[in-house]
Amino acid sequence: MMLYKATKNILLTAFALAVIVPSSIVVLGSFKKDVEIYTKPLALPKSWSLENFRNLIHTGNVFTPFKNSVIVAVFSVFFTLLFASLAAYAISRMTTVTGRFLFILFSLGLAIPGQVNIIPIYHLFVKLHLTNSLLGLILVNIALTLPISIFILTSFFKDIPKEMYEVAGIDGAGHLRIYRSIALPLSRPAMGATGIFLFVICWNDLLYPLMLITQLDKKTLPLTLIDFRGEFATSYSMLFTAIMVASVPMVVMYIAMQRSFVAGLTAGAVKG
Amino acid sequence: MGPLSGTLAKFRGRTKESKLLIAMAVPAFAVYSFLYLYPAIQNLAYSFERWDGVTKPEFVGLHNFTYLATNDDLFRKIVGNNIRFTLLVVIFQTAFSLLFATFLLKNTKTTIFLRVIYFFPTILSSVSVGLIWTFLYNPNFGFLNASLKAIGLDNFALNWLGDTKYSLYAIAVTQVWFHTGQMVIIYVAGLQQIPADLYEAAEVDGATRWQQFKNITWPMALPTTAVVVAYTTIQSFRAFDLVYSMTQGGPLNSSDLIVTSIYNTAFSSFKYGYASAQSIVLIVVVLLVTWLQRRTLRIDYGVK
Repeated sequence: MMLYKATKNILLTAFALAVIVPSSIVVLGSFKKDVEIYTKPLALPKSWSLENFRNLIHTGNVFTPFKNSVIVAVFSVFFTLLFASLAAYAISRMTTVTGRFLFILFSLGLAIPGQVNIIPIYHLFVKLHLTNSLLGLILVNIALTLPISIFILTSFFKDIPKEMYEVAGIDGAGHLRIYRSIALPLSRPAMGATGIFLFVICWNDLLYPLMLITQLDKKTLPLTLIDFRGEFATSYSMLFTAIMVASVPMVVMYIAMQRSFVAGLTAGAVKG
Repeated sequence: MGPLSGTLAKFRGRTKESKLLIAMAVPAFAVYSFLYLYPAIQNLAYSFERWDGVTKPEFVGLHNFTYLATNDDLFRKIVGNNIRFTLLVVIFQTAFSLLFATFLLKNTKTTIFLRVIYFFPTILSSVSVGLIWTFLYNPNFGFLNASLKAIGLDNFALNWLGDTKYSLYAIAVTQVWFHTGQMVIIYVAGLQQIPADLYEAAEVDGATRWQQFKNITWPMALPTTAVVVAYTTIQSFRAFDLVYSMTQGGPLNSSDLIVTSIYNTAFSSFKYGYASAQSIVLIVVVLLVTWLQRRTLRIDYGVK
């Protein structure tokens, strides 16, 4: 019993440290000079200087990608949720075989990894002049995340008791009104969780931006971070500062909306 | 308005869908068909072609696939890498997350706090995680080797990412670190469904902790294990970001995985048809493995 408790506590502490130590190195490192990071990565900075942040802003290359990432993530999530919830509502309310057919069609997207489409998407986007375009990234994100979103939301809409719809239907409300005034309000927790899940995916995506974006002024944060590796081969202070900037929105959201965050990210895993 | 007209109305409803409902599905259908299904079909078409992206594509039948299967030692090595990577990640991530979930099952202040900490890496971008671990693994001033040296294990201070023997494993460790917390949450949710009286009864019978785990937790958690294993497997076969940000597949392709290979074949070597053929192989491998897993785990349910 004692042995069990001791092992348990050691293991739990070990993994907690495995998370806390690297995170602390990054946070502390963003206030340090390179040498200090290499020699004493875990010590408190000699002075809490904001110089790295100032340098990052001065060299310029972080505000634009931040703005681009926000634009891409916000629009991608908004339109995915809009299109997915409309389609999921329609599928859950259809009485003919059409609904079943649509559901299976969208579910196919869960079986084909989105990564395999990089080559045709690239050539299609070259033709449509959608490379080096935030609109292009948004369109790809919507297409890639629609299947999982429709899957999650359809199962949610199907769980809404029929009576709730029927009451509204008797009043002569059309589908659009039922969708807006009954389905949407009821599904707010599910939409919120799905939205967070989608936001994390879009915010962190590397593969498609890597392939579609080469212009500096169109780069998103993950691309910029990758560039830091090359540009500042040894400057971990700048890299850690950039990682801080890139992670802050996620961390703030995580702290503020922890429950929906965890729910969203695990629902995405379970359903996907 | 007799019963007949009601039936008729129902019948009509069944053959003809409300136009409005169909219209509501149109935006999703359009984007998905044009930017997901159509590219997927095109991808299949590319896989039968030889194409450098500039000259006219040339139809070569199954040549890409036969070449992949018989002549391409590098791709065989990469598939081997990916299978090893997946096996390691699936085994360790599942074992750790199940273990931690059994420790963190009860909702107390400490367990909730630890779950929050464990989950934290999940919210970081994979590029950030990759670059942070590149620092930790750095052979000269990295934190890992500094710690090993500090406790006298100088011999274990290796060039983790720069040595063909270790690079793949080093990335697998990072992957496990990255996603274990997410799986812990899934397991906790699953394990909390197990009725507490099962454990109480076992305790009355004097069952040891190990016996309780073997006879209650493990069989009852099998559905959750199926989810965790399936998700981790697919995630590991799709892995790209960590490799790209940590080693770019090197040294000497020792950490190359299928998606990094597809990317390089297409966008560094400009062999688009050949890269498409590789991505078809990826789909087949993923479908095959998930199908096998489902079968095995279903057999397990049957026995238990």
